[in-house]
Amino acid sequence: MRKSVQDLKVVSNLRLNDDQHILHLQASNQLEYIHPGQFANILVDQSKNVFLRRPFSFYSVDYQNNIVSFLIKGIGEGTRTLLNAGVDSVLDVLFPLGNGFTLPEPEEKVLLVGGGSGVAPLLHLAQVLSKNSNKIHMLVGARSVSDLVEMDNYKRYANLHTTTEDGSHGEKGFVTDHSIFSEGMTEFSRIYTCGPDPMMKAVAAKARVKSVFCEVSLENSMACGFGVCLCCVVQTIHGHKCVCTEGPVFNINQLKWQI
Amino acid sequence: MADLKTKIHNIKLKNPVLTASGTFGYGVEFDDFFDVDLLGGIIVKGTTIFPRQGNAYPRMAETASGMLNAVGLQNGGAPYFASDIYPKLLKYKTNVLVNVSGSTIEEYVACAEIINELDHISGIELNISCPNVKEGGMAFGISCPSAAAVVNAVKKVYQKTMIVKLSPNVTDITEIARAVEGAGADSVSLINTLLGMAINAETRKPVLSTVTGGLSGPSIKPVALRMVWQVSQAVKIPVIGIGGIMNATDAVEFFLAGATAIQVGTASFIDPLASLKILKGIDDYLNRHHFNHINDIIGCLQM
Ligand SMILES: Cc1cc2nc3c(=O)[nH]c(=O)nc-3n(C[C@H](O)[C@H](O)[C@H](O)COP(=O)(O)OP(=O)(O)OC[C@H]3O[C@@H](n4cnc5c(N)ncnc54)[C@H](O)[C@@H]3O)c2cc1C
Ligand SMILES: Cc1cc2nc3c(=O)[nH]c(=O)nc-3n(C[C@H](O)[C@H](O)[C@H](O)COP(=O)(O)O)c2cc1C
Ligand code: FES
Repeated sequence: MRKSVQDLKVVSNLRLNDDQHILHLQASNQLEYIHPGQFANILVDQSKNVFLRRPFSFYSVDYQNNIVSFLIKGIGEGTRTLLNAGVDSVLDVLFPLGNGFTLPEPEEKVLLVGGGSGVAPLLHLAQVLSKNSNKIHMLVGARSVSDLVEMDNYKRYANLHTTTEDGSHGEKGFVTDHSIFSEGMTEFSRIYTCGPDPMMKAVAAKARVKSVFCEVSLENSMACGFGVCLCCVVQTIHGHKCVCTEGPVFNINQLKWQI
Repeated sequence: MADLKTKIHNIKLKNPVLTASGTFGYGVEFDDFFDVDLLGGIIVKGTTIFPRQGNAYPRMAETASGMLNAVGLQNGGAPYFASDIYPKLLKYKTNVLVNVSGSTIEEYVACAEIINELDHISGIELNISCPNVKEGGMAFGISCPSAAAVVNAVKKVYQKTMIVKLSPNVTDITEIARAVEGAGADSVSLINTLLGMAINAETRKPVLSTVTGGLSGPSIKPVALRMVWQVSQAVKIPVIGIGGIMNATDAVEFFLAGATAIQVGTASFIDPLASLKILKGIDDYLNRHHFNHINDIIGCLQM
């Protein structure tokens, strides 16, 4: 799909907890294909203090109703302003950006590992993989049960596993402490992960030890989102690459990560 | 429709809207959004003779009404540009200019020699004002003798139009402008980014890997406007205005201050269509004020 700047109408703003909402935005034209892992760069014109657009992964795409959704966690002025977006207001959205995850062959068994707002692209991926008759396991980590949102939605597409740091839901500990990594790791042909850098690095380390294919979705800070400012680079085995155009999804073998 | 045609030395511009180097990629990144040929010209990414990896991440910090960058001239080098990128630019009918940079005079010269062979490139913009490289770059642009020396040397090997891009990080920009005019510059463009810095109070660390970086965006417009006004009175060669131009009104202000053309920079990050909208807005302004030609407002500040 060609990149474009579109006015999308807020059709719903669903509050999940104090700092996480799902925004459903409707396009006036037929949506073209958006690949899981791709993202959008949203203008926050309701705030005078936010100058640049803010990038968000597609959380889900509904081609029938031309609705895209984003799972947004409020961490600063840009995201908090978006959490207040009123129904029927219009957002200026630049999309679709970046590449996306490499899809497995049908029937492959895959593991999706998410933490924090990093679960967003994984739901879109799970939606697509479920149509590809993949066996999907999804592991979501959070601090506490109150941070675990949208569990029912994930369960529609995947076998869900959880960890919480305080043990209030699922296994106690960090995602990489989950028993799935000690038990059945090699039954998964691919691991896809998105979340805080330390979490992705820990997942990548597990995958590397067992030589399992692993892709990570990076969240480097960005100015443009479409490959012209060169601000978003990550060090790869082929030198600096832009996360916005050559990522945000990278195979861990491409990255020069110390893991 | 007002007449927007203008000229920078030998380069005929169908309109005075150009894009600032480092903010418009190679133009092709914008093909999805609009017909780049509608612009007066594009100035592609900073090019050096040798490939450069640029600075480490993080390279960007958002600031009040602007941003700091510390890209550090990441590019594949002039030979790579000539072999791999230039062929993709042949499709453009509008002017394509290359922004040339280096760490030594010899590097500037070698880079300009390669670009000189490329027929479809209308001219070069000599970047003697990049604040993000350890050697060269801005160092050439902050003293008159070194600025004149690099311009002189490149002039000997480059036959077409040479624009020299000035740094605002100087005490008196008119002195530098006169020095490069004397050394053979066909035009000056200004301003490059202002040296700045951002600190993360929570982590007590600098935000940029390089600690300092170049400030761009609307926050620098008043400084840019002042410098364009001063320089346009100090030199006879055409002045190209750059700095925080976000809309047509900003652009018109630069024309009034004396700019013959303008460049759209950071605005393209926020709205990829910014340069096109600015072009349309300039035409609207001229029509609204019953001016027939862009020249009718250039340097026409009413005092
Ligand atoms: C490709 C991509 C996809 C993303 N997808 C989602 C998503 O689906 N849902 C979601 O909630 N968020 C997502 N993010 C993150 C989101 O873009 C940021 O949280 C947002 O830009 C922060 O803006 P703000 O104005 O609220 O915070 P700011 O005021 O800009 O920042 C608040 C604090 O967070 C720090 N910070 C902000 N951005 C980054 C960064 N990229 N790296 C390190 N530190 C940072 C700042 O230094 C500051 O201390 C994604 C980011 C990228 C690049
Ligand atoms: C990310 C970024 C990269 C830049 N790279 C270059 C460059 O390679 N060469 C150059 O002469 N100027 C470079 N500049 C400076 C711009 O061309 C322009 O002079 C400056 O940003 C001020 O204009 P603006 O406020 O409209 O952005 C860069 C600016 C930015 C923001
Ligand atoms: S964000 Fe500008 S190049 Fe990636």
